[in-house]
Amino acid sequence: MAKELHNKPGYTDQSVIRNFCIIAHIDHGKSTVADRILQLSGIVPEREMRDRFLDRMDIEQERGITIKSQAVRVPWTFDGTEYTLGMIDTPGHVDFTYEVSRALAACEGAVLLVDATQGIEAQTLSNLYMAIDHDLAIIPVLNKIDLPSAEPEKHAEEIAGLIGCDPSDVLRVSGKTGEGVADLLDQIVMEVPAPDGDPEAPARALIFDSVYDSYRGIVTYIRMEDGELHSREKVHMMGIGMTHEPIEIGVISPDMTPTKALGAGEVGYIITGAKDVSQSKVGDTLTSAVRPASEPLPGYRDPKPMVYSGLFPVDNAQFPELREALDKLKLNDAALIYTPETSVALGFGFRCGFLGLLHMEIVSERLSREFGLDLIQTAPNVTYEVTSEDGKVHHVTNPSEFPEGKVKKIVEPMVAADIILPKEFIGAVMDLCQEHRGQMGTMEYISTERVEMHYRMPLAEIVFDFFDQLKSRTKGYASLDYHEDGEQSADLVKVDILIQGDKVDAFSAIVHRDKAYSYGVMMTKKLRELIPRQQFEIPIQAAIGSRIIARETIRALRKDVLAKCYGGDITRKRKLLEKQKAGKKRMKMLGHVEVPQEAFIAALSTDEPTDRDTKDKIRAAQKKEG
Amino acid sequence: MEYEVYIHVPFCLRRCGYCDFNTYTASDLGGGASRGNYADMVIREMRTVRRWQIDHGIDEPAVSTVFLGGGTPTVLPAADLVRMVDAVRDTWGLEPDAEITTEANPDTVDADYIHELADGGFTRISFGMQSAVPHVLRTLDRTHTPENVTAGVRAAERCGLRSSVDLIYGAPGESLDDWRTSVHAAIDLGVDHVSAYALTVEPTTKMGRRIAAGTLPRPDDDDEAAKYEIADDLFSAAGLQWYEISNWARPGRESRHNLGYWRNVDWAGMGPGAHSHYALPLDGAAGGRGEDACGIRSWDIAHPRMWGRKVTMDEVPWQGEETIARDENAEETIMLGLRLREGLGLDHLSAVLGRELTSDMFRPVLDAGLAVLENGRIVPTRRGRLLNDSLIADCFEICGL
Repeated sequence: MAKELHNKPGYTDQSVIRNFCIIAHIDHGKSTVADRILQLSGIVPEREMRDRFLDRMDIEQERGITIKSQAVRVPWTFDGTEYTLGMIDTPGHVDFTYEVSRALAACEGAVLLVDATQGIEAQTLSNLYMAIDHDLAIIPVLNKIDLPSAEPEKHAEEIAGLIGCDPSDVLRVSGKTGEGVADLLDQIVMEVPAPDGDPEAPARALIFDSVYDSYRGIVTYIRMEDGELHSREKVHMMGIGMTHEPIEIGVISPDMTPTKALGAGEVGYIITGAKDVSQSKVGDTLTSAVRPASEPLPGYRDPKPMVYSGLFPVDNAQFPELREALDKLKLNDAALIYTPETSVALGFGFRCGFLGLLHMEIVSERLSREFGLDLIQTAPNVTYEVTSEDGKVHHVTNPSEFPEGKVKKIVEPMVAADIILPKEFIGAVMDLCQEHRGQMGTMEYISTERVEMHYRMPLAEIVFDFFDQLKSRTKGYASLDYHEDGEQSADLVKVDILIQGDKVDAFSAIVHRDKAYSYGVMMTKKLRELIPRQQFEIPIQAAIGSRIIARETIRALRKDVLAKCYGGDITRKRKLLEKQKAGKKRMKMLGHVEVPQEAFIAALSTDEPTDRDTKDKIRAAQKKEG
Repeated sequence: MEYEVYIHVPFCLRRCGYCDFNTYTASDLGGGASRGNYADMVIREMRTVRRWQIDHGIDEPAVSTVFLGGGTPTVLPAADLVRMVDAVRDTWGLEPDAEITTEANPDTVDADYIHELADGGFTRISFGMQSAVPHVLRTLDRTHTPENVTAGVRAAERCGLRSSVDLIYGAPGESLDDWRTSVHAAIDLGVDHVSAYALTVEPTTKMGRRIAAGTLPRPDDDDEAAKYEIADDLFSAAGLQWYEISNWARPGRESRHNLGYWRNVDWAGMGPGAHSHYALPLDGAAGGRGEDACGIRSWDIAHPRMWGRKVTMDEVPWQGEETIARDENAEETIMLGLRLREGLGLDHLSAVLGRELTSDMFRPVLDAGLAVLENGRIVPTRRGRLLNDSLIADCFEICGL
């Protein structure tokens, strides 16, 4: 007679455990499918589903992104045996590749969820390859088959070609109607291997996520590999070398349920007294402080910031508030780094490092939306290694750190970019990548309609508005994924912008020599448009070192008077002046010149010159150089 | 302190494309506000306002100036205009040498009409000349001819009335020479007062819509600045001195009524949309309006029918009012004073602001060439007149406003 199987939180035989994650692109319906799984498993009664769902949204809105079900324990009976499924959430975006790889490391299987109306996207594909690298069992699924515009045949073919299965093996589900979801759960039980850790060995658990919850403190999500952790046992973080007293351990099913222990193969959470997420790092290995493991689990490293940008409060008095807000965001976001920075033009602010552009946008949006800060963000910058003539190497994350005088060598970071697009846009995307110094690699048809193109490009070329341009040139159909791919030396120069003869550090940029003239001409022209005429003439120049490469002039304002101000005009006129006064407060004073915030935003876009005057001026500047 | 009365007449024979004033071309606007009994309605409002003043402890002296503006006051019979002036005299009393002005459209008055006004006590007529160039008049939708203006001015002269003409510069299509022509024409009329206004395009007007749609070119600030300088040079040379940004006169012939606005005196406005202003004593005895209340501004209901209804019920027909606090009063003192040749008196401003200002503090605007200091007064230069908004903003900052 078979041995009775243990299956309760804290004591679960590994043979009945199936840990999986869902890989999906934003909007491809991951949460709907996940909700449907919770409902089918019976841990959330159907009548509560809607309420719970709404509740969760409210709390999420109120408390940020901390309440998501990161790792839910779901029961599922198949063939008379009750199994325990560990459903692990994965962040959806390219910037968080590192977190994705940790989530994958916590699973034995991955559901590849693809929108049957849209097909696979570049980021999904890159996560899929990562899952294949981790030897995960892949369960391909097409979602949204209830929609009239779904093309399951076509996209099943595409997926089959990518992972080498039969198109008929691709499951078809609808998160909305629930169709096919039970089959999916059966499939998970059949296809995903059970964990095979050593239950007798010293405890080792992988931290795959860690969030700050304002009520509970840091909640750390773990996947037990070997051994057992007990509720009152001190734990040790092997990577950062800190020991914590656990306040609570448990599983989520679907609420936080404390348990006495967590055993090999199980997924659960641990709450310690850690103050911020940096004390409980994703990727670190947790072990027992009493009976520690000797080797951590593989693959621990810090995610490295790839993009830097300065954040400055419009009103410098808000500097302490900005610091406080960044400190608060940091609780939840270990990857965010920042150091105080002083700009001659913008005053006191912070130099911030981000994982990528989306990360940068999220942080800046949260600062303005959640903390009500009015910020100026400087153009994003990558990290350059600049060797000056005397052989000294400068680590440049900010144009102001660019050494004066002759430069021997500049090295810039490179990325490998993967772009998936409908084939009719191949020409347009090739042009775009070429304009951005991309070196073309291979190109594959992933179906008869769509191709994946591979480029090696300087990261600096991507961090401006490459993604926006890619979207606009492909009518929104292309998707992009990129990852670090070494470095290269390049002919780069620093272009300075001078207003009334004074260098404005916030507008300086490090650009390729071929683009320096167009940057200079475009910036001076944009500033001439954006800076209002003032009482005096304002020259605006672009320069490389001491050499002026472009010049525009804002003519002096001659007249601003209102012609009539009789009895009935006085109140209106006074209110108008008061409004102008308030508007002036939102301007930055650079010397005597009032510069609107839009001017700083303009430096963030690099659209190609289209008008004749700009093109002529760029040509003239280049000629002078030659 | 002086006390003035303004009477708004919201009727025109047709609406000009650039005009956003509160005026209507229909002759009956409902609620009793028709051309036929408009004078009676205004007279009724005077009685109600007088009662409100007394109830609120405001006891105004005899009226020193009356101004009828519009709209086109002269679409009403001359007798109606005279009756309204008589009512002012009956209600508040009228100073013996009071200045009594009406605006007039050159093609709505003839010699008899003007004669009747003169007999009824009027002392001044302000003609809407706008331009002496036919194509500019057409762009402005004006129906009169340059000859109408000459006839009107001559008629006024014969009756002993002083004349002023209004000009507008910067209309789409007006060249610098067109403008010189108009300025010379105004000078050649021999009037002792001229107002010249840069065309201000309001987005809600017909002209504003045409400019937004791109079918008319937008007036250009630099062109208007050049035209301002032309006007200022030519008028000065002809003995007409600037005394306010847009007004030139032979010394002693300034519009006393308009000077009152810029000196922030008290006035009562009658008619739809008209504004009124009453200063309150600076000691704060302002009956529940807050300790730093310095004045009251109110404005009549703009829509003639709703206005008429209130007037008929003998209620003050105000749409709204505001209490002017100390800082707002200081702002108004600055923005109005800096329009004037007499300038902004620092002693007066110090009193309004409640703290001592020194001429040294105004160094930045003097150094920038926006103003000069004359006997303790900040007087705008020509540059300071053209860049008046900048000058005002700088002075606000200097005064900590």
